[in-house]
Formats: sequence, C-alpha cells, structure tokens
Amino acid sequence: MPLLDIRSISLSFGSTRALDAASLRVETGEIVALMGANGAGKSTLVKILSGVQNADGGEILWKESPYAPASPAEAARAGVVTVHQSTDVVGIPDLTVADALLLDRFIDGRQPFFLSSASVRRSAARLLKDTGIDLPLDRRFGDLGTADRQLVAIARARSNKAELLILDEPTASLSSLESHRLYALLQGLKAQGLAILYISHRTADLQALADRVVVLRNGRDVGHFARPIDFDAAIEAMIGRPLPTTETRAAAAPGTPLLQLRGVMLRPDGVPFDLTLHEGEIVAITGVLGAGKSRLLSTLFGVYPLPSGTMTLAGLPYRPRGPADAIAAGVVMAAEDRHRSSFMPPGWPGESIAETISLPHLSRWYPAGLIDARRESREAATAIERLGIKARGPNASVWSLSGGNQQKVVLGRWDAADSRILLLDEPFQGVDVGARQDIIDALRRQRGRATLIVTSDPDEAHAVADRVLTLSRHTIETFTHRDTRALPAFRDQKEDA
Amino acid sequence: MTSQDTGHAAPPLDPHGAASSRRPGWDAIREAVRASAVFLLLAGLLIVFSVAQPAFLTVGNLMSILQGVSVVAIIGAGVTVTLAIGGFDLSVGAVAASSVMAASYAMIVLGLDATETVPLVVAFGALVGLFNALLIVRLRVPDLLATLSTMFLLTGLQLIPTAGRSISAGLILPDGTTATGRVDPAFLLIGRSSLWGTIPVPVVLMAAFAVVLFVLTEKTRFGRVLFATGGNEIAARLAGANTARIKIIAYSLSGALASVGGIIVAARVGRGDVSSGASLLMDSVAASLIGFAVLGLRRPNVFGTIIGAVFVGVLLNGLTMLNAPYYTQDFIKGAVLVGALALTYGVARNRA
Repeated sequence: MPLLDIRSISLSFGSTRALDAASLRVETGEIVALMGANGAGKSTLVKILSGVQNADGGEILWKESPYAPASPAEAARAGVVTVHQSTDVVGIPDLTVADALLLDRFIDGRQPFFLSSASVRRSAARLLKDTGIDLPLDRRFGDLGTADRQLVAIARARSNKAELLILDEPTASLSSLESHRLYALLQGLKAQGLAILYISHRTADLQALADRVVVLRNGRDVGHFARPIDFDAAIEAMIGRPLPTTETRAAAAPGTPLLQLRGVMLRPDGVPFDLTLHEGEIVAITGVLGAGKSRLLSTLFGVYPLPSGTMTLAGLPYRPRGPADAIAAGVVMAAEDRHRSSFMPPGWPGESIAETISLPHLSRWYPAGLIDARRESREAATAIERLGIKARGPNASVWSLSGGNQQKVVLGRWDAADSRILLLDEPFQGVDVGARQDIIDALRRQRGRATLIVTSDPDEAHAVADRVLTLSRHTIETFTHRDTRALPAFRDQKEDA
Repeated sequence: MTSQDTGHAAPPLDPHGAASSRRPGWDAIREAVRASAVFLLLAGLLIVFSVAQPAFLTVGNLMSILQGVSVVAIIGAGVTVTLAIGGFDLSVGAVAASSVMAASYAMIVLGLDATETVPLVVAFGALVGLFNALLIVRLRVPDLLATLSTMFLLTGLQLIPTAGRSISAGLILPDGTTATGRVDPAFLLIGRSSLWGTIPVPVVLMAAFAVVLFVLTEKTRFGRVLFATGGNEIAARLAGANTARIKIIAYSLSGALASVGGIIVAARVGRGDVSSGASLLMDSVAASLIGFAVLGLRRPNVFGTIIGAVFVGVLLNGLTMLNAPYYTQDFIKGAVLVGALALTYGVARNRA
C-alpha cells in the first residue's frame, strides 16, 4: 500500500480551479518529482499536504487512513514535513545553528526549561549525529547560506521522525556543487526509508534523483513517468505543447565592441580581469553563490562604485554614479528577485503592468510632469503583444501574473526604450520552461544591444547565450564556448563555496 | 483583490493571468460597500443630525464645520505625503504650534507685516521638514524617531524667545523691554474673513491645497515616484529614481503645510498662545489614517485625508449640537479611527 495516496483532490478559489481532480501516490523509500509550470497547482498541493489549506474535493489517504491536517504542526506530527523555498524562516538570524536545530523542541517543551549553551550544543550535536548531516553548530544562523539553512530544516524534519519530506524547489538558489551535496544527502535519506516529494523543474535535479515523475498542468495530473524517465516527454506534458528547439538560431557574428572593462576589480582585494561585450551578442556568466555575479552587474549599473579599473561604453569613458546615470547612458538592469527589485507591493500605486513598465521612463514620456495614462497603456499593450504576456490587459496587476509573465513585464520595461547594454540577474528564477523560451527568443530578436546574463544554472546559461563565462572569487575565470558542455570550473571548485 | 501570497513565491493561482478580482457576485458587492463605506456613513450622519437638530443643516453651520476642520485637513495632507514615501511625520503638531508662536513673534516683537510674516513662517516650516529629512536621509535615523525628536525639540524651542510666555501686544520680553508691534489686521483676515460673506478663507485655502496636492500625488510623475519610493524603495532606486531627493521634498512639504496650518490658527486667535495646537498632531494623523478607508484604497491618499477630517468634524459638530459633553470628543475620535482601521485592514479583506 502507498504511504501517501492522493485521490482526485480539487480546490477552487472563486472561479479559478487551482487543483482539478489531481491524483498522486508516494511509496515509502521513494523520491517522486512533481513538475509543473507556475500556476499548475504545485504550491496549492503542497499547501494542502502541509495543512495550510484544505481541499474542497477528493480525499487523501496517509498510511491508509484519511488525512486532512488543520495546521503545519498537525501535519508534522503525522510525519509530513515541508521544507519551503525561502529558508530564512527556519531559524533566528542572531541565534546559533544549534538553537535553530532545536527551535521546535524549545517550543513544544521537549527541551528542559532551563538551558545552558553546553546542554543545547550537546543535544544539537546528538541530533546531527543521528541524521548524518554535518553543520557548524556554533555559527550564527544568519551567516549560513541557503544550502546550509536547508540542511538545518531537513535535519530538524528527520529528527522529528518525518516519514514524508516535501521539498519545494530546493535547488533554486544553490550552486551546482551545493546541489550535488543535497542530492547525495537525499539519496541517503531515501535509503533509510524516507519518502520524498520533490518539486522542481530543473532537469538536472530530476535526472539525479527522481524514481518517478508526476506532471501537473492546470491543476490536473497530466503525466506519470517511471524510470527510465523521458524528460522531453515530461516537459512537453508540463507546457502542453511540443518542446521548442533552442538550436535553430544562426550564430551571430559579433558586432563592434560596446562595453569594455579593463583591469577591473570588483573588490579592492580582487584579481583584475577584462571583459568585452559586443553589439548583438548575448553573454552569460555563471558561478557559485557569492562568486560576485550580482556584484558585477550592480557595479556595471552604478549601484556600487568600481574599486579599480576602467570601463568604456561605445568608446567613451563610463563611470556611473548611480542607476540613473547608467540608465541615461543606455545601460539597464533587471535585478535578481523581481518582487523585491522591480515591483510595487500589491494594492499600492504602481502595481499595474503599465505602471511597472513606465517607472524608469516617466521623465522622458511625461516631460510636462502630468501623467497621461493612455501613453503608458499603449507602451504596455505593445510589450504584452510582442512578448506574449498572458494578462487581462495593461492595467492588470503584476501580482495576478505567473512568474514567467512577471519576468516578461520586467523585460518589457527595459525594451520600452532603446538601450545599449541589458543586464539580467537570474532572469529565469521561477519561470517555467515555456515562458523561458519566449524570453530567450525575445532576447535573440533584439540584436541592437549587448545582453549580459548571470545565472547559477549552467544549463540555462548555455541555452540562452552565445558565450558563457565563469566567475569565481570575483574574477572571470574560464572561457567556454556554448557547445562545450563540460564545465571544468565547476568540477575543480573547492568546498569553499 | 490581489493574491493572498505576496511574499516569496509567485501567486499560486492564476496560471494564465486570469484576474483574481473577477469574482462572482457577492465579493463584488462587499468590495463596493467597503469602498463607499465612509461616504455611506457620512450621508447617514448628515441625515440623522439634520432630523434630530434642524439647526445642523444650515449653510452657516456647515461652513463652520469646514472651517473647524480646515487646519487639520491641511496638516493631514502633509502627513499623507510623508506616509506615501513610507515615512511618518510626527513633528507636524509641533511645527504648527511653533508656527503660531513664530508668526506672533514676527509681528509683535519684530514688527513685521503680514506679507513678510507669512513667507517667513512657511519657510520656517519647510526648514524644519528639511531638518527632519537630514536626520532621516543622511543620518539614517528611522522616520518615527527622527520626527519624534524634532517634535520634542520644537515644543521646547518655541518657549525660549519669550521665556515661556504667550505672545500678545504689549508682551514684556525677557530683557525687560516691552514689545512694540501688533498683529497686522491683514494677517487676521486669513483666519477671520469670508469670501462673499459665506465661505471662510481657511475653507478656501483647504480646498486649494486639497486640489493641488491631490493632482500632485495622483496625477503627476512626481506623485508616481513618491509612491514608488514608499512602496518599494529599492525598486524605485533601481528604476533610476533619486529617492533621497523625493524624501527631502516630502518632508519639506509636510513641514511647510504644517506651518500653513499654524498660520491659520494664529490668524484666528490673534495671539501666540503657548498651548495652541495641542491636539493637531493626533487629529491630522487620524485624518490621514481614516483616509485609508475612503474609496477602499487601503493606502495614504490626499482625497481620503480631507474626507477623513470632514467626517470627524461632522460627527463632533453634530454630537455637540445634540449636547454630547465636550470631554467625550477624544473618545469619539478614537472610536472613529479604530473603526476606519478595522475597515481598512480587517473587514472584507481577502482571506482565501
């Protein structure tokens, strides 16, 4: 009998059916991957399993008895633990890792009322020993990277006798080295009999881990794949149309140099490097977390001053004192984490597609100061049309869009005026495969500028770019051509990431 | 309205941008009621008071209500501007009160006339706002703390030139001499005269400032960047906005508007009273917070602030006419504020 048996559950929000008779089974000691584009119903399914929401149709059997947890705590008591994408809620920044590991025990009273740092450390060390996970117990939780925070959450789940571990896009912000460490750990847990429901659309993850793949689309389970898994078929089931080919474009001849960096150091103690971007080319930069990828883009965009070296833009010295300078010079950036870096909060002025697109262009579009909403609606309609944004119209809130469509809005913002250098920081985060292809096609069509993309996913880098570079310890390390799939830089990386 | 999950992940629903606001029947009705709740209540109050007390619904009484709320509305509009940038100006009450003192001092002690006093006092208010902005933008003091200390500073500062005395003609100065100036009659016209014998000048000023600030905040690119700074400062800066300059302008505007409020008070009472403006801070902050509920916007907005001030004015005037004792006024204001905030944040909020 399956450990978890989800039988055609449904959940509607108003007229939207988030889940529409979806079924799914997980056996003990099995890793089931759940795939689906944004909005397919993955998050809703996770919320139901973890007790955040209740289904309004169908039934769930957990160890052969009905299962409908009313809260995450109840789900955890039953043995179902979810590790969410955002890991900063796992612990308290100013407390130690040991405290974070024992946090729920402090709350439910399994730890004694009076504590000493030695007794806490002892309990935490025992917990780590039992789970076979290695973590620095005395470090501040706030200093841990995403990968280690996930380990804290997994260790805690394991120590609480979890039988089903739900992981929501755990590798979204991990480097490839960190991802591999996670794969090994999960395989070990699986061997101990833990069932894992793994949500991701990264093929690398699924190839490494999945025993079975279940694909959700529009709230239904539209595909079940067992090993050997046909990933192309799974992705086609996920996006609901044949997989677009990325190999069709003509190799563009590099144009004239647009942006030249000479002897640039991103940090006062860094190693200087050179970089040239040519008109019409798309360059991708990969590297582990903390390698300086975002730092490079932010420096080009004028957020940080350049510690040393020279930059020339179209032959003229370029030294922006802030984003406004950079934008005026035609260097524009869509920063990482679009919610934080590009959007106004929901319900606040400026949340519509049109207003999001117009924000950097206000002084050019409205020199007299008064806003004419028709102008920005027109520009937004053009972007919606050209990039294939699925939205009610220019006045729809960006928060009503899926991740892929949100990213298209961000791109549409910078396409609304001529630019010379487009900087994109992790543009495919939370973007499904179909929308990713639309974005790549749109980038390829714009050949009048140079595009510099940074991403921690080497597959993405190769899918989009003419040229892929690797950044390590704040300097550019290796040149790889886009067809060279081997990435020596990743293999040689020491564990100092 | 919007999604229920705005933190990290994209909203889980709406695979293809289908509007979550497009909901059947009764959600729409609830939304419509919430949006117009303040107006419905206001209409209800007007009807009840006019039936209960025929003297309520006369032009004279309505104008006196508007005159009564004009100062609070103008100061509240300034607070609204600082709320729009994500800040808060707690010093407005103290700016208004010290503007009353400054105006009286300028005329009675320094012997200036109205045309010199008014620009001087407005400049004083703007300068205080600039000082707030300096603390907040340059020294990175949190808004509430910065403006709270400015409030403290001004409350004390306004007492120093006269050694704690109120200012009226014939004031004896700390050095023993007697002040020789007097309040310019032209200055008193600001607070005491009416257009065509019906519309008091403060009401005209309130309307003028309301229109100008409404257009500035809602219809111009300055307003767009103002709200962008308050909504997501990082996003505003990455879009090329000079958020530091926007904040400086917002606080200066707030200070200047508070000093206009002070000028109106000074022109009405005709002297520099040390205790004037005691309730102005609370009343104007309340007006701008009540404004969140107007039209169901759930955010600072100038139109809502004016309506909020008028609402409180109508309620207090009506109740006073029905012989509600004076000492219940603050309680009533508090109750209105709590109700408005519950309406804004609690009732009918999407809890899907």
